[in-house]
Amino acid sequence: MYSKKVVIHYPAESSEKPIIYELVKRYDLMLNILKARIFPRREGILVLDLSGNRENFDDGIRYLKSLGLGVEPLSKSVSQNTEKCIHCGACTGVCPTGALSLDRESWRVVFDPELCNGCAVCVSACPVRAMEVDLL
Amino acid sequence: MKKYKVIKTYQEINDKIRQGKAVVVTAEEMIDVVERHGDVEAARRVDVVTTGTFSPMCSSGAFLNFGHTSPKIRASKVWLNDVPAYGGIAAVDCYIGAGEVVEGDPLNSVYPGEFNYGGGHVIQDLVAGNVIRLRAEGYGTDCYPARKYERTITLQDFRDATLFNPRNAYQNYNCAVNASDRIIYTYMGMLRPRMANVAYATAGQLSPLFNDPCYRTIGIGTRIFLGGAQGFVAWPGTQHNPNVPRGKNGVPKEGAGAIATIGNLKEMSPEWLVGASILGYGVSLYVGIGIPIPILNEEMARYTAVKDEDIFAQIYDYGMDYPKGVSKSLGETNYKELRSGTVVLNGKEIPAAPLSSYLKALEIAAILKEWIERGDFLLGEPQQLLPSVSE
Ligand code: SF4
Ligand code: SF4
Repeated sequence: MYSKKVVIHYPAESSEKPIIYELVKRYDLMLNILKARIFPRREGILVLDLSGNRENFDDGIRYLKSLGLGVEPLSKSVSQNTEKCIHCGACTGVCPTGALSLDRESWRVVFDPELCNGCAVCVSACPVRAMEVDLL
Repeated sequence: MKKYKVIKTYQEINDKIRQGKAVVVTAEEMIDVVERHGDVEAARRVDVVTTGTFSPMCSSGAFLNFGHTSPKIRASKVWLNDVPAYGGIAAVDCYIGAGEVVEGDPLNSVYPGEFNYGGGHVIQDLVAGNVIRLRAEGYGTDCYPARKYERTITLQDFRDATLFNPRNAYQNYNCAVNASDRIIYTYMGMLRPRMANVAYATAGQLSPLFNDPCYRTIGIGTRIFLGGAQGFVAWPGTQHNPNVPRGKNGVPKEGAGAIATIGNLKEMSPEWLVGASILGYGVSLYVGIGIPIPILNEEMARYTAVKDEDIFAQIYDYGMDYPKGVSKSLGETNYKELRSGTVVLNGKEIPAAPLSSYLKALEIAAILKEWIERGDFLLGEPQQLLPSVSE
């Protein structure tokens, strides 16, 4: 079982392809839609938590890319600006996934992109705007 | 008068500092020293204990004087990067408050407001050396004819720039939960409904006023770490209130003492004065403060060895009670529990998250320790102590 959260960027012309259906039906992947911003004939994004066997997963990703969609791991779209972060810990109280947590040895706030679901709650909850989520 | 086994004076300690012989430890390290050697021996060995805190402190701001213009202006309205500064003082003086929001901000009309820029950010921009747009309006007088003045300016161009914070380093602070069933946005951060999280401030055992709970050494003229430079305690902070319930160790169990602080803004740094945007609430300023506590006797050794588990705080409901002005504690917790990340309230475990940076508090205590060890920082003997518990 392989599982990863991915961000799919749609160009305007591909917004009407039934990709979810294909991913489930053709590639036997399980998916959770974490975020979707799709409008007819406009660019959009879809954040999916995809899982299945490794081969199907890779084939599914290849299929998405063959349609001209941008696919990248969610971890690339969310980051903690360590220059700005003051390690106050305020975000750890609101992050729903535990991706932001306070390391109680070093007293630093650490970000684990693998746990993050891209909800962006931390962006406005961070008093110094150290969390950057780049999902449109 | 109490009889002490160890008695040291400020002069003695300062002489040691000048000779590079003073023994300085942080408030965290002092816990160990006292545990291992007892308070009397600890007082013999240690001269100064350093503390630190790094928290949003809304009651902060700076007096700025931009120098006379020609023609002269009596600047009655002043803006810095479009953030209004108070102009109701002399001709070219103003006060920029940390909590002032930039003009034209949608505030909470788009709820919850983001409050991306305000006085706290102006102060951070200034100490970062960034260029600020200064705008002033006057009504015109015979001696000050100009009605408008506008320029770009950096911190060093100001004639004078004094950070003066009416209330900082609050000794203790409420912990906040939300017992209502909708999300609320407060100065303690976002609070999820049905008490799903608890927010707390202060650095617990490292926090300045917890280490001198009855203000035996802190007073007007105490030299401190302020915003990365050396500053002073100027006065008791507004709302300073020594007469609250205290534990046997003298430590208040709720908000109590506070200090007003003052220092030269031009010497401060953007690492220790950081503008804050608090969702749905407003803007503020993170201020880094560290106070050195002289170990004048074994009593001070005991005070500075205070531990998180012996410092208590009250949990309040910010959903219904607090806004109405009802101050009814839902329960008591301590900083050990808070800093562990989970608090138990009425048998229910609630995740706890801080607003203050413990990491930065540790850094401040370490910097202050280094300054004193190097002989760069002498203790300021207070001219008058903060009002303490009435006896
Ligand atoms: S809220 Fe922002 S500054 Fe504070 S720890 Fe989280 S990312 Fe860092
Ligand atoms: S985007 Fe959401 S899940 Fe990811 S770190 Fe921020 S709050 Fe946590």
